[in-house]
Parts: sequence; C-alpha cells; structure tokens
Amino acid sequence: MVPLSWYIILSAVLFCIGVFGFLARRNMIVMFISIELMLNAVNISLVAFSHYLQQVTGQILVFFVITVAAAEAAIGLAILIAYYKNNPTVKADDASLMKG
Amino acid sequence: MNTEVGISLRDAIPFIPELVIICTGLIAMMLDLVVRKKGPVAAFVVFGTLVAGYAMCKLNGFNEPQSAFLNMFILDGYAGFFKLIFFINLILTVCISYRYMIIEKSSYGEYYSLLTFATAGMMVMASATDLITLYLGLELMALSTYILAGLMRNDRRSNEAALKYFFLGAFSSAFLLYGISLTYGMTGTTNLNEISATIQNLNIAGNPILFLGLIFIMTAFAFKIALAPFHMWAPDVYEGAPTSVTAFMSVGPKAAGFAVLGRVLFEAFGSMQVQWTNILIPLALLTMAVGSIVALSQTNIKRMLAYSSVAHASYMLLGVIAGTPAGLVSTINYLLIYTFMNIGAFAIVILLRSEGFQGQDLDDYRGLAKSNPLAAALMLVFMFSLTGIPPTAGFIGKFYVFMELINADKTYLAVIAVAFSAISAFFYLRVVMYMYMKDSDEPRTISCSPSMNVALAVTALMVIVLGIYPEPVLNYVKTVVFG
Repeated sequence: MVPLSWYIILSAVLFCIGVFGFLARRNMIVMFISIELMLNAVNISLVAFSHYLQQVTGQILVFFVITVAAAEAAIGLAILIAYYKNNPTVKADDASLMKG
Repeated sequence: MNTEVGISLRDAIPFIPELVIICTGLIAMMLDLVVRKKGPVAAFVVFGTLVAGYAMCKLNGFNEPQSAFLNMFILDGYAGFFKLIFFINLILTVCISYRYMIIEKSSYGEYYSLLTFATAGMMVMASATDLITLYLGLELMALSTYILAGLMRNDRRSNEAALKYFFLGAFSSAFLLYGISLTYGMTGTTNLNEISATIQNLNIAGNPILFLGLIFIMTAFAFKIALAPFHMWAPDVYEGAPTSVTAFMSVGPKAAGFAVLGRVLFEAFGSMQVQWTNILIPLALLTMAVGSIVALSQTNIKRMLAYSSVAHASYMLLGVIAGTPAGLVSTINYLLIYTFMNIGAFAIVILLRSEGFQGQDLDDYRGLAKSNPLAAALMLVFMFSLTGIPPTAGFIGKFYVFMELINADKTYLAVIAVAFSAISAFFYLRVVMYMYMKDSDEPRTISCSPSMNVALAVTALMVIVLGIYPEPVLNYVKTVVFG
C-alpha cells in the first residue's frame, strides 16, 4: 500500500516542474505543455486525497478539470495559431510589441 | 458513501437568471447565422439581459436566500447585487461596442455571444458556495474573455494580447486548482461553509498546508483582479484588446474576482482572518504604488487606464482588508461606482476612434475641448471621478472605503491610500490639461451612434447622481447585502 504522502509529494514535484517549465522555457508550445503538467499534478493530488478520505468529491472535480483543460487546450491552440499567422514565431520573447 | 443524488428540477429555480443569460448567448449565436447586420443580435443580447435582470428581481433572492444543487449554488443579496453589476456592465459594453466593432472591421456575431457567456461565468462565480462551482464559473468567464481579447484577428497587438492573457490566465487557474486541492485534502470538503466548520472543529487554522492552499487560492484571485506583483498582464492585454473588450474586462472579471474573494475569505477562511489580512496589506500597498507611479509615464491612454484600474483594485481591496461586513459593503459600493466611471472613460476613448485614426495617444486629446466640447466635458467628469474629486461618485467610493478602514483601526493604510490617490491625480488631470489647455489644428471626427449616446448619458448621469446623492444607493447596498 502506497502511503498518501508519496502521492502528495509526487504531485508537488510535478507541479513545481510545471511552474519551472512555464517560467524558464521560452517556446510557447513547451510553456503550454507545462501548464497541462501543472493541471495533471493537481489531478493526482485530488484523486489521492479523494481515495484517502473515501469520498468522490475530489474525483468529480478531476472530471471537471479534465473537461476544462480540453476546452482550454482548444482555445489556447486557436489563439496560438491566430498569433502565428501574423507573427510566424513560437518564441515567447518575440511577443513584445507592447511593453512599458 | 452516499450514492443518492438529490437534485430535482426545483434546484433550477434560483439558477433561472443564469439560464436566461446562457440561452440568450446561444440564441444570439444562432441569430447571427440568419441576419447579416449585427444590430439585431446586439439588441437581442440587451433584451435577454433585461429579462434575466427582471427574473432575478422576481425571484426575490435579495430577501430570502435560495440555495440549489446540494448547496453548491446560492442566490442571495450578495450574489444578486454583483449580478446587477454584471448586467449593467454587459448592457453598457454592448451599447458602446456596436459602432466600434464595425470601425475595427471585427463585427462578428460571436462577439455578443461571448460577452454573454463571460457574464454567465461571472454570475456563477458570484453565486458559488462550493469550490467546484467557483472553478467552473471562473473558467467559463476566463475562456470567453481570452477569445474576446483576440477578436481582432488581423491586428498583431490583439493577437499578442490574447496570447499573454491566455498564458497567464491558464497559469493562474492551475494555482487556483492546486490551492483547492490542498484545501480539500486538509478539510475533506469543497463546500465553503463546511470548510469553515471543519477548520473550527478540527482547530486547524494554523495548519501550514491549509495556509499554503489559502495562499495559492489568493494568488489566483490576485491574478484575476490584477494586484501587483501579478498585474504584469493587465497593461499589455488592456492595450492590445479591442477597446470595448477592455472596458468589459476592466470591470466584469474584476468584480467577479472580488465577489469570490469576499465569499471565500469571509465564509470559508473567516477563522484565518489574521493570516489573510497580513498577506493582503502588503499586496494592497504594492499595488497602489505600482498602479499610481507607473501610470505617470504612460502616453497611451488605454495603458494609462490599465494602470489606473490596477490602482483602483487596491482601493477596493482596502475594504476587504478592513475585515468587517461594513468594509465589504464599501468595496461593493466602490465597484458599482467604478463600473460607471471606468466604462464611461473607455467610451470616450472609443468615441475618438474613427476610420484611419486610432485616438489612443495622449496627444490625440489635444484641444478636444475646442473641437468637441461635449466629449471633452464628459471625459472631464470621468477623469475627476477616477481621481476622486467631489462632487463626483469616485469621491464617495473612496470616502467610504477610507472611513471603514479608519473604523477598523487601520488609519495608517487610509493615510497612505490618500497620498497615492493624490499622486494619481497627476495623470488623470493631465488628460484634462491636454483637452482644455493645449491647442491642435487637426480636424477631428467623432464616431457617435445612438447606443453610444445612451451609454454615455447613463454613465455620466450615474457618476454625478451617485456623487451628489449617494445615500439611497448606499443604504440599498447595505440592506441587500447584509439584510
């Protein structure tokens, strides 16, 4: 039996990797993947807590998170494509038309 | 484990205003396929919003709170008043955007549907009494506004605004989820009232993991209401997005963010008030400083208004920091006033936009008082109100927030806030100075339309009326929100 704390540590580590990837990587696709990693890290901890507490609430939330993440991916990639049509680059640092 | 699902059709009754708004959005989308001109679609959205407002008043949630969906959703005075703000925001935005979207060559019917869907998301947020509903409402609002920000597909700045908004928004909602997951793990529930009860029963108010969860949740809201240091996206997104969308999202998502912030902090984490007040005070001070000082160097009026809205968020936050129900009432009152003055100011920015002329630079306001005295006079009123000069409504808003701070023994915060609001007078009055004291010989056309005139008349009237005679509205907010 794997104790709860292992799952929680795994989820925390994955979340931190996601945050690091988002902040450190400059490729927008990779940044997007990092966000998905963060969401799935949350899903792991929710399922673990839900199993530990013997409740379904956490797992229900996971279903919603997965659904919303799919919608978010559709919209995010659409925005990325609209951006790419006018500015053919995927480097985040190039998106600097406005600053100050 | 309880497997019985106790949801009946009766649960849908308090949800009727949301249903009406969602149906309005869906029908507007269908209508867009049938009619070529977008006028009927816009008119239909305004009509649908009025119906939703009527339905909400009929349900009488102001006097008798009604909860639904296993206590995940509530229609009470607090939610109802926020919904009124969202309806006002939606109707005013539709009024100021019809002509503007044609000028921008982005007059799509989806624009109006997305505005209504975003409003539906905000309404769910204001009514959420469970972290799951809260998250869903937030995402519905956020996903719709990402698209709205990038609606001008051929404009590079609009593309960039949508991109930045999307990335930072998605990043912040991941933080919200992690906070929710930690809170759920510690308390075993996602219901706000039950979280509060569990924290008290198990006496875990000092638990570090629960505190970490609270910090994550607050970080996500700080992103949504653009508190420094999480405000970085706001100036870029406000500048790049279509101006009408900027007006919409400088009010709606901010108000919705405050609605959930108030409910989550007071209802679920009421017993951790000392901790969250200690986090919010430095955030508010930093936000005030960043908003007021960085705005001084802006020459693009949309960017300046973005920093101004960052500064205003910090004044609203002061009411929450006061930590009393009266403080929260002063925040809500400020939000209502801010809705009118901010949309009014953006309406003038839209007024100056005409074919081939951006009208976003401070220089474009040179000599506006000579060429268009009425537009300049209205801008004067809105700028005075944003500064907080009596007898405009902005003064009343600030006055009550500061008074509640003093009542809560946080006088030093009120003093600092007054000092920063004096600094902010510089950049607001600079616009007035450009309009009235500088000359320009360029001819200027103004893009008026009947709906725009209505919106300007309503906002200017409300800014002045609320400034001169605020008692009825203030008392109404008080009774509605806290019985």
